Amino acid sequence: MQFLSYLVNGISLGSIYAVIALGYTMVYGIARMLNFAHGDVIMVGGYIAFTVMTTMGMPALAGICAAVLVCTLLGVAIERVAYKPLREAPSLAVLITAIGMSYLLQNLALLVFGSAPKSFSSVIALQPLRLFDGALIITGETLTTILASAAIMAGLTLFVNKTKVGHAMLAVSEDRGAAQLMGINVNATISLTFAIGSALAAVAGVLLCSAYPSLTPTTGAMPGIKAFVAAVFGGIGSIPGAMLGGVLLGVIQSLSTAYISSQMADAIVFGVLIIVLLVRPTGILGKQTREKV
Amino acid sequence: MKKFLSFMLALCLAVSLAACGGTGSSAPAADSASAGTDAPADSTPADGAGEPAASGTAIRIGGIGPVTGGAAEYGLAVRGGAEIAIAELNARGGQQYVLQFEDDEHDPEKAVNAYNTLKDWGMQVLVGTVTSAPCVAVEAETAADNMFQLTPSGSAEDCIKEENAFRMCFSDPEQGTLSADYIADNQLAAKVAVIYDSSDPYSSGIHDAFIAQAKAKNLEVVADEAFTADSNKDFNVQLGKAKSAGAELVFIPFYYSEAALVLQQAKAMDFAPIFFGCDGMDGLLAVENFDTSLAEGVMLMTPFTAAATDDMTASFVAAYKEAYGQEPNQFAADAYDCIYAIDAAIQKAGVTGDMDASAICDALKDAFTQITLDGLTGKGITWDASGAPTKSPLVFVIQNGAYEAA
Repeated sequence: MQFLSYLVNGISLGSIYAVIALGYTMVYGIARMLNFAHGDVIMVGGYIAFTVMTTMGMPALAGICAAVLVCTLLGVAIERVAYKPLREAPSLAVLITAIGMSYLLQNLALLVFGSAPKSFSSVIALQPLRLFDGALIITGETLTTILASAAIMAGLTLFVNKTKVGHAMLAVSEDRGAAQLMGINVNATISLTFAIGSALAAVAGVLLCSAYPSLTPTTGAMPGIKAFVAAVFGGIGSIPGAMLGGVLLGVIQSLSTAYISSQMADAIVFGVLIIVLLVRPTGILGKQTREKV
Repeated sequence: MKKFLSFMLALCLAVSLAACGGTGSSAPAADSASAGTDAPADSTPADGAGEPAASGTAIRIGGIGPVTGGAAEYGLAVRGGAEIAIAELNARGGQQYVLQFEDDEHDPEKAVNAYNTLKDWGMQVLVGTVTSAPCVAVEAETAADNMFQLTPSGSAEDCIKEENAFRMCFSDPEQGTLSADYIADNQLAAKVAVIYDSSDPYSSGIHDAFIAQAKAKNLEVVADEAFTADSNKDFNVQLGKAKSAGAELVFIPFYYSEAALVLQQAKAMDFAPIFFGCDGMDGLLAVENFDTSLAEGVMLMTPFTAAATDDMTASFVAAYKEAYGQEPNQFAADAYDCIYAIDAAIQKAGVTGDMDASAICDALKDAFTQITLDGLTGKGITWDASGAPTKSPLVFVIQNGAYEAA
């Protein structure tokens, strides 16, 4: 029974990584850039929801909507100001800009919200499930996170594969120049990608803070990096890969804490990552592409 | 391009020369981080000390601690407590003090930068740093410069390994030992679990001593679980192991931001042991929007509480509330005591504001072992030559959202 509860815990933790990783992988897959500010957009989402719900006393739904709205605008603004001018620059320059943006957001949050941790009120009113006479307790947050991340993954897959805009995204990710020649507005497509990625970040922020209700300006940083690892683990650029990578990361972390050593948990997680990348350099579900010479 | 570069270099040189002429202290101070043996140790504070002598004989006290970043709560409290003590001492007349406080963001490298900034300013005594890891880094510098250092809250053992470094709070191992003693002597529980941050010297220092003392006192440690700063959000597995091992008490020697998550996750899994924390837990009740019912029954060992009713605490709490709009925590009280201890030692040794930092350090090292301080964090506090204080700990239990003496 203990095993089951550790497993559920791992899946729940992994689902949060998965939602964040979906944002990473979307942006990487289409714009071919690592948006390291993603984790900090999550933090902004958390603070917006906190401000609306706790400081202004509005209902949870208003908090979520406000977070999604603000993060979407923020994501598009970041893309317009910091990344778009560097579209033709070497990818290293964009990477450094993204890291700079990440620190900028963290420090702005420090200025605006202060460094003291704030306790986030969960937006999820679901009662915990008590199975086997209370031996296995699954909280509402866990259930919601797992369902939400599965739904988001399914929704994104459908969106990309079935809609016209989604096809445009795929085309831009295949070959930006050719897509432009085919009449696809590359800039608009990339902006839309950022908008969707940032909206996902807001949802991830609310879910993350509901499950782990301690909100500080660095709240998004570590989960952001772990989620990036999850995205690489699953195969960056692949939507189901992000989901799989996130869940696996959470489960490995949870089980190695439980059964091997809590001191060694992180070492084991990253050890597995290295082994997977040695065997499959593109990640579990990553596309094996051959460079044409 | 080349011309531009050489122009910039010339400009840099000119500016640095001008800076040298202006204050006479910036160049050696900037160097001393890398070249401590270059004998700037004496010249820098001496140069700096010329200034306060001119503007009276105020002694320049520097403070270092995190006033931004994740540990800002502690640095802000220390700065506030020190400011209040200095205002009181200056109002009293006699020896005057000025305080300059620099931010280190709980980062050893930034702490050393802050230390160099303060040396440029002409600091004669250092109160700091607030957190352990930066404190150890700065201590290497102060030892090389022979600068007196009194840390209010740097509790790692290494914080006072040099003979110029003293401390106001308990060391980490002392807290661990005292906690195990308290739990065993008061028979709070027979089966104990420990969760600690293995990436943090504060937390693992307490943990190691606690485990050793628990063995000596025949406490059964049924679970000994770690987490790291990189995964400090999810404690379900650690708590689950403690729960299934039947722990009646969970010892959580880490900071309140993580403790808040532990309490919430324990409640979600219907696990209600006694939670016992150390001084890093102080501040838990001040977290915005924190459900204080989660903290009901939590015990913590800390040398200070704003709830105490003696005159000294009451007047300090009132002054702090008026100045900063919130209740002072233990860090503020430690800092307040630090300033008074320094003042007592300065009186004892007859130190004046025109002495240089190295001479002050020699005088204070001696005087500190002779003074006895009745402070906020203990009555009759004394120091030995190692720099460690002797005082008795207090244990509190959180009831109805406030500390009660246990």
